[in-house]
Amino acid sequence: IQAHCASGCVTNDHFPCLADLFFPADIISTVEFNYSGELLATGDKGGRVVIFQREQESKNRPLSRGEYNVYSTFQSHEPEFDYLKSLEIEEKINKIRWLPQQNAAHFLLSTNDKTIKLWKISERDKRAEGYNLKDEDGRLRDPFRITTLRVPVLMPMDLMVEASPRRIFANAHTYHINSISVNSDHETYLSADDLRINLWHLEITDRSFNIVDIKPANMEELTEVITAAECHPHQCNVFVYSSSKGTIRLCDMRAAALCDRHSKFFEEPEDPSSRSFFSEIISSISDVKFSHSGRYMMTRDYLSVKVWDLNMENRPVETYQVHEYLRSKLCSLYENDCIFDKFECCWNGSDSAIMTGSYNNFFRMFDRNTRRDITLEASRENSKPRAMLKPRKVCTGGKRKKDEISVDSLDFNKKILHTAWHPKENVIAVAATNNLYIFQDKIN
Amino acid sequence: MKPWPAVCPSNCSVRPLAPSPAQLAAWLQSQHTELSTFTHCNLAPSGRGAAPLIQHPASKHAYVAHHQRTEVTRVLGCHSCCRIDMFSKGTKRKFSDDGDEISDESLAGAQVSSSYSLQRQSLLDMSLIKLQLCHMLVEPNLCRSVLIANTVRQIQEEMTHDGTWQVVTETFCGGSQSPSERLVATEVLCRSREQDAEPKLFSVLSYEGCREEEVVTDETLCSVSVSDTASDVCLSESARHCWERDEFVEVDRDDEACESSRLGPGDDDDDDDNDDDEVDEEEESSRVDPKTMGQVFGTFEIKNSAPGPDSALEELFSDVDASYYDLDTMLTGIQSAPKMGPYDLLDSLAPSHGPPSIGSPSNCRSDLNELDHIMEIIVGS
Repeated sequence: IQAHCASGCVTNDHFPCLADLFFPADIISTVEFNYSGELLATGDKGGRVVIFQREQESKNRPLSRGEYNVYSTFQSHEPEFDYLKSLEIEEKINKIRWLPQQNAAHFLLSTNDKTIKLWKISERDKRAEGYNLKDEDGRLRDPFRITTLRVPVLMPMDLMVEASPRRIFANAHTYHINSISVNSDHETYLSADDLRINLWHLEITDRSFNIVDIKPANMEELTEVITAAECHPHQCNVFVYSSSKGTIRLCDMRAAALCDRHSKFFEEPEDPSSRSFFSEIISSISDVKFSHSGRYMMTRDYLSVKVWDLNMENRPVETYQVHEYLRSKLCSLYENDCIFDKFECCWNGSDSAIMTGSYNNFFRMFDRNTRRDITLEASRENSKPRAMLKPRKVCTGGKRKKDEISVDSLDFNKKILHTAWHPKENVIAVAATNNLYIFQDKIN
Repeated sequence: MKPWPAVCPSNCSVRPLAPSPAQLAAWLQSQHTELSTFTHCNLAPSGRGAAPLIQHPASKHAYVAHHQRTEVTRVLGCHSCCRIDMFSKGTKRKFSDDGDEISDESLAGAQVSSSYSLQRQSLLDMSLIKLQLCHMLVEPNLCRSVLIANTVRQIQEEMTHDGTWQVVTETFCGGSQSPSERLVATEVLCRSREQDAEPKLFSVLSYEGCREEEVVTDETLCSVSVSDTASDVCLSESARHCWERDEFVEVDRDDEACESSRLGPGDDDDDDDNDDDEVDEEEESSRVDPKTMGQVFGTFEIKNSAPGPDSALEELFSDVDASYYDLDTMLTGIQSAPKMGPYDLLDSLAPSHGPPSIGSPSNCRSDLNELDHIMEIIVGS
């Protein structure tokens, strides 16, 4: 797999640049390819969205095919203050989801803790010239001076990419929004917070339907929260949501207006021999993703990734250990809060492989067919442009081999929570704190 | 060997300094202490430096944290104010008189179980701190709070089963706080700023406390089986406030509401109930547990029927190796007090015990007076 850095630097053989300085607001909080894979959107802690576009293949620069360059940058959300509760509302972008493209413009949904916004990203490469009522520099002309009329003409101009907010869906969530998911009907989408899930119509901003509500009458009895939700890729009446207790509920919106009662309930029975005080915490599901086929879904808990067949509720069909060597460190990870890190996971286009992140800027890929897995590192020191990525290995005990890293020297501040896989090709985007890495598989 | 230069809050500058975990580890290591494994791990707190624990001692918002810090600095041997003689120095237990009857097996079992209890206790303490220290400006992460609260519940259930829960509740019920101070404590629960450095400091201390036991690794705690009880423990009103922020404003300022929320069944019931309580009894647990949980969450709630403050405080520190924190000991390098043995620990965890002999009751009282003094300053009564 060849690598190149997409955070603005061509190579890492240079003097430290601006990208090396660490700005907390630059921490990437979400990564998402659009449906064609041509565009890649990232959201960060400072409320900004940066969209990368893939270069088209051209004969003049054969090597540049497939490089992603910055296409558009805009401020999606601003920090707010809830005066009623005396609390800040962070501008951090929790999720970005693209809408399927229907015309020349691109649309995406971006959300922070409380507000979802629909953004239109459009290109402008023509400009009208020859207005009657104003000059070329925009000054108004005196109407009495106009003696003739002319038709404005469209002239080419430098490409400009504009992002404009088209809809703002606000005030529907009391708790922090953790997921948004566009429905397969392309008209509705759902948004989920810790205790409720709402269904929206993309055109209507002042109303949403509440379809799941797990808030107990008495908050003292609260023991479980919603951690993620997603619409089925093909069946517009089906969606799933995961919980902090390691369960997934599949709901059918045709069954009832309020889908508090699930249609299917997915839970793996607990292994009594490995029970500890941390069992529940590490079973909490941080991400759930349907496969592209719609037949399977994948869940990520703290130590593993599980693939479920939608037709079998009592256990997953596949389980992959991401970093089992952390099981003996759970107490320390609880103490420094790392145990609450929410890792995401993703499928490749053909559903044959899955990917998820880990610590020390490691990320893991699992081939479902061959059952092989690989650990790679996203770091500047280890990835030169066009260079192959070297597989990494964590030494779990005993003698440490030459290139291995021992568990105790892992850097738990360097965590890869967000990854994305191109919908059609073997191109992956990996967010390592405030850097974005894009890796491609070149077979030639 | 100099004592750790922590500034004690009771007579001091505005910002007490918290040693960084690395500094503390180095200091402890210089005391020839075995550190638990996690201090060797490269597990730095997420991104933040060792911020001071409290912003201002007069701010009642930080009272709970302040109190915790008080314990820590005392324990660390800040001798300019609070002495630590109140720690039980070689409380002579009846057990040791009957030492001949104890077999080796039960001794080994006692050691393991007491180290597990210590671990469990430190996990409980850590969890409670995590729950109490919410972000002041941004709403706390509900998922994280729920998971921590569930962990606390699990521990509490198990401890109730063991019969050790009653000891915990009693330790928090010493002193002579007035109802208005309980109000302060509740408010603190939902307002304090989270400080990443603090939990690490506290837990280092907790692990340090098991010096006499096996050095406990993460594995011990991680692989222990938890009793599978099915009771539905309710959290206290104060914990609820952390989540129901829209109701918080009203209830917070309403003294009566808070008072009545804690006036549950008679205080006397709790001690007895916890001993015999079958956790499966939904009724009982829902009646008993909110109060006990509330007592844990609201650190300074009092029970009128609590035994004298001396024994409560003695229990609070009885499971810590007292000699370790004695300043004289550290300066001279001589262990003046006998080390805490496994029997002492067992005894301290037992639900019932005779009146312990305390080396210096006067120091207990002076410490309590200082606590009251601090409380008065903060509450401004």
